[in-house]
Amino acid sequence: MYDYYLTIVLAPLAAAIIAGLAGKKIGRAGAHWVTIIGVGISCALSLLVLKNMFWGGAEAENISVYTWAVTDGLRMEVGFLVDRLTALMMCVVTFVSLMVHIYTIGYMHEDPGYQRFFSYISLFTFSMLMLVMSNNFLQLFFGWEAVGLVSYLLIGFWYKKETAIFANLKAFLVNRVGDFGFILGIAGVVMFTGSLDYATVFGSAESVAGQTLQVLPGTPWNAMTVICILLFIGAMGKSAQAPLHVWLPDSMEGPTPISALIHAATMVTAGIFMVARMSPLFELSTAALGFVIIIGSVTAFFMGLLGIVQNDIKRVVAYSTLSQLGYMTVALGASAYSAAIFHLMTHAFFKALLFLAAGSVIIAMHHEQDIRKMGGIRKYMPITYWTALVGSLALIGFPGSSGFFSKDLLIEAVKDSHWHHGTTAGDQLTYWFAYLSVLLGVFVTALYSFRMFFLVFHGKERMDAETKSHLHETPAVVTVPLILLAIPSAVIGWFTVGPVLFGDYFGDAIQVQSAHDVLAHMGEAWHGSLGLLLHAWQTPVFWLAASGVFVAWFLYLKRPDIPATIKDKVLPLYNLLDRKYYFDDLYIKGFAAGGRNLGKFLWQKGDELIIDGILVNGTAKAVGRLAGVMRQIQTGYLYTYAFAMIIGLTMLLGWLIWLR
Amino acid sequence: MIGLQHYLTVAAMLFVLSFVGIIINRKNLILLLMCIELMLLAVNTNFIAFSRFLGDDTGQVFVFFILTVAAAEAAIGLAILVVLFRNRRSIAVQELNTLKG
Repeated sequence: MYDYYLTIVLAPLAAAIIAGLAGKKIGRAGAHWVTIIGVGISCALSLLVLKNMFWGGAEAENISVYTWAVTDGLRMEVGFLVDRLTALMMCVVTFVSLMVHIYTIGYMHEDPGYQRFFSYISLFTFSMLMLVMSNNFLQLFFGWEAVGLVSYLLIGFWYKKETAIFANLKAFLVNRVGDFGFILGIAGVVMFTGSLDYATVFGSAESVAGQTLQVLPGTPWNAMTVICILLFIGAMGKSAQAPLHVWLPDSMEGPTPISALIHAATMVTAGIFMVARMSPLFELSTAALGFVIIIGSVTAFFMGLLGIVQNDIKRVVAYSTLSQLGYMTVALGASAYSAAIFHLMTHAFFKALLFLAAGSVIIAMHHEQDIRKMGGIRKYMPITYWTALVGSLALIGFPGSSGFFSKDLLIEAVKDSHWHHGTTAGDQLTYWFAYLSVLLGVFVTALYSFRMFFLVFHGKERMDAETKSHLHETPAVVTVPLILLAIPSAVIGWFTVGPVLFGDYFGDAIQVQSAHDVLAHMGEAWHGSLGLLLHAWQTPVFWLAASGVFVAWFLYLKRPDIPATIKDKVLPLYNLLDRKYYFDDLYIKGFAAGGRNLGKFLWQKGDELIIDGILVNGTAKAVGRLAGVMRQIQTGYLYTYAFAMIIGLTMLLGWLIWLR
Repeated sequence: MIGLQHYLTVAAMLFVLSFVGIIINRKNLILLLMCIELMLLAVNTNFIAFSRFLGDDTGQVFVFFILTVAAAEAAIGLAILVVLFRNRRSIAVQELNTLKG
């Protein structure tokens, strides 16, 4: 299997290098063929690995590939830990990546940076695989930063577009804040365990949990809590959790295929994956889990609300991604790691599908993204319409779709979590906040998803005649990936929910303390997918989603005059949502402007005044001024020099005679 | 009785006079040369006085040397002065400030 793993990782890298460095030579077709073959190999082998794990009963493998450095007992290695969690992630990453590669042929058809784009997305696939297959923190960090770099490059892919440059800088800077926490967390791990290797660290986790760390003098904190919260801050940056979420909506400035691949399906879920991978650590700190669940709840509900007021087709989907990432984080906080990963998987399929469908609409609309200028596209683009419908239904958790299984059980897990059974008021408060957030989030999700869906595909045709005359279904390279993604979006939940959530699929990859193990508890009452499906209409989740769709239908199809009235009635609230809770204002006018002002102060006062003005030029000026004074003494007259000589002589004599 | 201190006093007065002559003279370079000669004479007087006082003739030998050197120096000085006058048509001290920085 060793060769397989190496091939899985290196095939996309080789493809990226060929397409990137020899892009001119191999041409456009060469670039997409080499990268698609590279990722295709990875995908096929990943599926094989998953098959061996799932049906073949293959054991988890922990392989060290290369020792990069050993310093003071700290081994820095490149290695693979391939267990069931990794195998699942590998398949999701490579499959979505492959779909996006194919789709890109159609989407970037006329773009001058065609080869560059393929090189980047292949490089991304490599980085993401390094991240998920890592068996140590160093390689995890490498993958973490590499996907961040590729994300930066791809958001700013159209580098002549000013908003894109702003967005990629923003993404990069906000991620640095998260990464700062992340690297401190890794430093904490090394400090307490002296190792970067997962197995060693998890093995000594118990002893770390017993130690304390003084963050502020005089206040000892549990070392594990500090480490976990720091690691989670890294996840907050990468997985765009409030308040570090601001970069994700702006990242929509990049081309749509990467929005689907990086900013919906894979990279942003790296944080979720990381926390699930660190489950042996997080399980030991209830405080850290509380932090996780609160952040997740805030993101799940409040970011969903923002989706309702957006008018850019991609931004609606972006806010929906934020909200769904919040759901996954809530599941992590409720110790239902498997539920989070399960939702991650289904979300990867249906959200990539939604993004690619949005991209398909954007191609047909000639890069018009405003949903107010669309409408009635259904009859022009039937394939896009039906696949988008599948994606939207999966997103809102329509019974039977993949989203139904993952979201319904996720909410169920929150309801049944150890927070609910906790005795303290804090536990209860956390539980109610999280539960209400995810429950009301369902309504909000349905509302914004179908608001967009109705505005785009149904109703009056609001585009201009010019666009309308060119409106037709997109080519096969676009629609085939849509169909291929629609299939798992629709059915994968049905087949996988049992084994993944309740069948102990993950085995030792995810470790949950028995007191926290909500999924095991739920598993006792599990009667198969059909049983869940038949009871779907009894749950509040179903009715909330249905009412969300109904409200969207009523407001945007039946009575399209009402939304404007509502908007006028609650203008302050609308403004609050439209300004995204003023986060951007706070960050741009507060932190960014503050940083710039500090820099300006240091530049003008520190650099120009003190260093240049006083130290460097000041010294030169002082010497000049002193020389000016000295010059006055040099009269050029002989008698002045004679006088000076006599004075000097007198003083010398005086010193010799009286002072010695 | 005229003793050592009287000679030394005269020599000191002579020296100070010639020094003042150098400092306050702004007009004439010849006067400057003469003042320098006068300084040497004051020093000579000291030598002779000490020689007599200590009963050691070496001091008087030095005086001869100094007089000889002074004569040579005066000759060179006057020669420079003549050349200077030819070049600048003036020997006024206040105009000789080309050393000024």
